[in-house]
Amino acid sequence: MDALDGNAIAGLLFDVFGAEMTTATSACASCGAAGRLAELQVYLRAPGTVACCRTCGSIQMVLVTIRGITCVDLRGVDVLEPAAS
Amino acid sequence: MERAAVLGRLNWQLATVVELVDETMRTKSIVLDPPEWAGHRAGQHVDVRLTAEDGYQAQRSYSIASAPQDGRLVLTVELLDDGEVSPYLVDELRAGDQLELRGPIGGYFVWEESLGGPLLLLGGGSGIVPLRSMLRHHNAIGSNVPARLLYSSRALDDVIYRDELARLAASDEVDIRFTLTRESPEGWGGYRRRIDRELLEEVAWPPSDRPLVYICGPTGFVETAASGLVALGHEPGRIRTERFGPTGG
Repeated sequence: MDALDGNAIAGLLFDVFGAEMTTATSACASCGAAGRLAELQVYLRAPGTVACCRTCGSIQMVLVTIRGITCVDLRGVDVLEPAAS
Repeated sequence: MERAAVLGRLNWQLATVVELVDETMRTKSIVLDPPEWAGHRAGQHVDVRLTAEDGYQAQRSYSIASAPQDGRLVLTVELLDDGEVSPYLVDELRAGDQLELRGPIGGYFVWEESLGGPLLLLGGGSGIVPLRSMLRHHNAIGSNVPARLLYSSRALDDVIYRDELARLAASDEVDIRFTLTRESPEGWGGYRRRIDRELLEEVAWPPSDRPLVYICGPTGFVETAASGLVALGHEPGRIRTERFGPTGG
């Protein structure tokens, strides 16, 4: 399955964070590379949604929605900075 | 709590289908009238949700094809054979039906005149949809930002918005180039191959002109175009990408 990118989970991220997040920046906890969430490598049915660092491939985020509740694992993210508005 | 006040919500709403337009054998444009629509930015998308009688739900993202100035919301959907959502949208949906959606969504793959240019748009297949919104926006505001589109399709019959793009191509306003990767008619004046480094070098402005690049299409197309431009010396920070995939069905 080809990976998509963070644009594909813009709605899901909005649900979780309450704001537009594809222009926010995350720093990878594994390699330190920083990039826009829109640029993450995203697998929509992993199962659940898995977003990986485009530089090193490490998992940054895992989001799983069951019965209307979304569990969010951000252990792969070192720093998350909202976009300057 | 002060923080709570700035948190937004994306609300689902039922939009009425006003009209359906055949674009190609496999793509249709859906003209919608959502009850609450504060406008969008060129390049944004909406989430569409279908609910079966037993409550099962399937959700997909579709790019907005219309410009913010168009006064109506248009999505263009490509039929994917194994898709869960697109067969319904392309084959079953009728004018007068209601479609559940939320949006507009996304802030990254967006072009506004304040971002400048020159504006280089690279589209593969149905990846043309958000780029068409940008071109219509560019046209609607009478922008002086130089704009160029390279659109890759399998065959001439697969070219979405063919007449509209041909009209635009004939004007001096934007530079539109087509490439057909599988079959091309005799006397075809466009390119006849998949994008590669030479084609990108020919179509893109020189890196010293610092074009602002938007690439949308299947993952393979996007990777080839983006890495090709970076290899030619274009700044990665001025290349924005959006990938479409079969998971978008």
